Amino acid sequence: MLTIDNLKKHFGSVKAVDHVNLEIKEGEIVSIIGTNGAGKTTLVNLISGYIKPDSGRILFLDKDITYAPPYVRIKLGVGRSFQLIQLFTNSTVLDNVRIALFSKYGMIRRGLLPADRYSSVTDEAIKILDSFSMSDKKNLTPKGLSEGDLKILDIAIAFALKSKLLLLDEPTSGVATNDKFKVMDSIVKAIKKEGISTLIIEHDMDIVSGYSDRVIVMHEGKVIAEGKPNEVMENKEVKATVFGIVS
Amino acid sequence: MGLTGMVKNPRWIVYSLIFIALLFIPRILSIHDLMLFEYGITFAIVGLGFNLLLGYTGLLSFGHGAYFAAGAYTIAMISKYFPQAYSLEILIPAALFFSMVLSIIFGFVCVRHTKIFFSILALSLSMLLFALLFKLYHITGGSDGLRVPLPTLLGMSFKGIRRPEFLSGTYYYFLLGMFSVSFLVMKGIVSSPFGKALQAIRDNEVRAELIGIRVRRYRLYAFVISGMFVGLGGALWTFVNGHVTADLSHWVFSGEIVYMTLLGGFGIFEGPIVGAIIFTYLKLYAMGNTQYWMFVIGGTLIVLVLLLPNGIAGAFAGLWTKIKKVIEET
Repeated sequence: MLTIDNLKKHFGSVKAVDHVNLEIKEGEIVSIIGTNGAGKTTLVNLISGYIKPDSGRILFLDKDITYAPPYVRIKLGVGRSFQLIQLFTNSTVLDNVRIALFSKYGMIRRGLLPADRYSSVTDEAIKILDSFSMSDKKNLTPKGLSEGDLKILDIAIAFALKSKLLLLDEPTSGVATNDKFKVMDSIVKAIKKEGISTLIIEHDMDIVSGYSDRVIVMHEGKVIAEGKPNEVMENKEVKATVFGIVS
Repeated sequence: MGLTGMVKNPRWIVYSLIFIALLFIPRILSIHDLMLFEYGITFAIVGLGFNLLLGYTGLLSFGHGAYFAAGAYTIAMISKYFPQAYSLEILIPAALFFSMVLSIIFGFVCVRHTKIFFSILALSLSMLLFALLFKLYHITGGSDGLRVPLPTLLGMSFKGIRRPEFLSGTYYYFLLGMFSVSFLVMKGIVSSPFGKALQAIRDNEVRAELIGIRVRRYRLYAFVISGMFVGLGGALWTFVNGHVTADLSHWVFSGEIVYMTLLGGFGIFEGPIVGAIIFTYLKLYAMGNTQYWMFVIGGTLIVLVLLLPNGIAGAFAGLWTKIKKVIEET
């Protein structure tokens, strides 16, 4: 589904992403782990089109999207959530999801009839919120939500874009420890139901091993290990660089 | 919201009552006050357009006088060079067209930036137009400006009628009609999916881009629509004023557009309308009573920013929400 070929992005002397190759298959949930500054978020930014690479290629569904603008990638089915929550703060929870749906259906050029008139879009937005157990908060603005709910809403927006590939940048960062699994359960349930391929950046190893089919480890811009969660956790280099355990 | 929904909505009941009251205004106000009110209505259309950019898209332009001038000079130029086409049903579409063309050209440059850079670019471009209008004396009348005679409407000629009579009769109702259409169109725009997209851009540009909204392009759409409303306001204003000058494109006049929007409140749809009407009376009465009228305008702006950051309409809306809450709780 997604093939990354020799991708490179340097910021001055910092090699944020340094000749990375990776592949994600259909329906797969892949986690990327690594220390701070390993290049995980840069990689997600490159895939989502937020920044452009220096060289290399990104292929999505056999189409070259390396330099495609974000709206083209979204049309093709690449959606993302953010480490630092990015929401439409003055709009209701319902509108946050509805705007994404209007954009997905190419309806944002419709400029005369009130948005409420498009009841099928409203119904769909409520259904999406339902699948994340958030429809009871649809009339609140993000200011009235807990950190966990904000994260879920951020992901629900990406989900509303009918993404075939979801990029989740630290979906549980900032969420209270007790709520982390609740948040992930609700996200993964919705993702699995639709069979969406997912790339998750995560620091919490319990979450990584609990929800991922495969783990990719990055260090100083390079992929240093890849495999099933338990195999990767046993890798000596990973233990040393990511967990600081020298045996 | 369907027609039945609109009838049941208290907001639309208030709008309808205000509209009915406005029909009787010429019978209540003196000709002098009616003319002032007409200035206010034309500025209200300007405010509606300006606020699409400021309140709904988050872009503060200090150069919207340029589009006002585009609308106004379209009328004056047609009167001077194509008098055979000097009829309202031609003039209004022509003013909309030329303000659209100008806002596409200027907007294309401005929307590449945001915040202070956007504001300064908008201001600079409007001053460029000011310089042209000022210097091209033989075409534009320079500092003397151009006189605007009474137009015809659907074959009706107003020759021999004095401007005050024209303004208190047919033209008032024409103006009211144009304002009502502008109001309904803008209300539709801001609550439509397109309007929601603009608000999304205002609230979070990064996220808007990454849900597939082409941010720059939508900013340009908002800029052009805004410019056309302001151009329409400018065109309608010329018949009330009877004269256009290059000052309309000067940044000081653009500042007045910003001022009236802030006065009414840019966070509320009706805010700029309230601001435009109050500003018109405030400015005239301040000018009539003291030579330090600018001090009055400046003073009110300071009070406004410090005490009523949401403007007069915003303050009333806030008060109404509090009252409703108290009623619900008791």
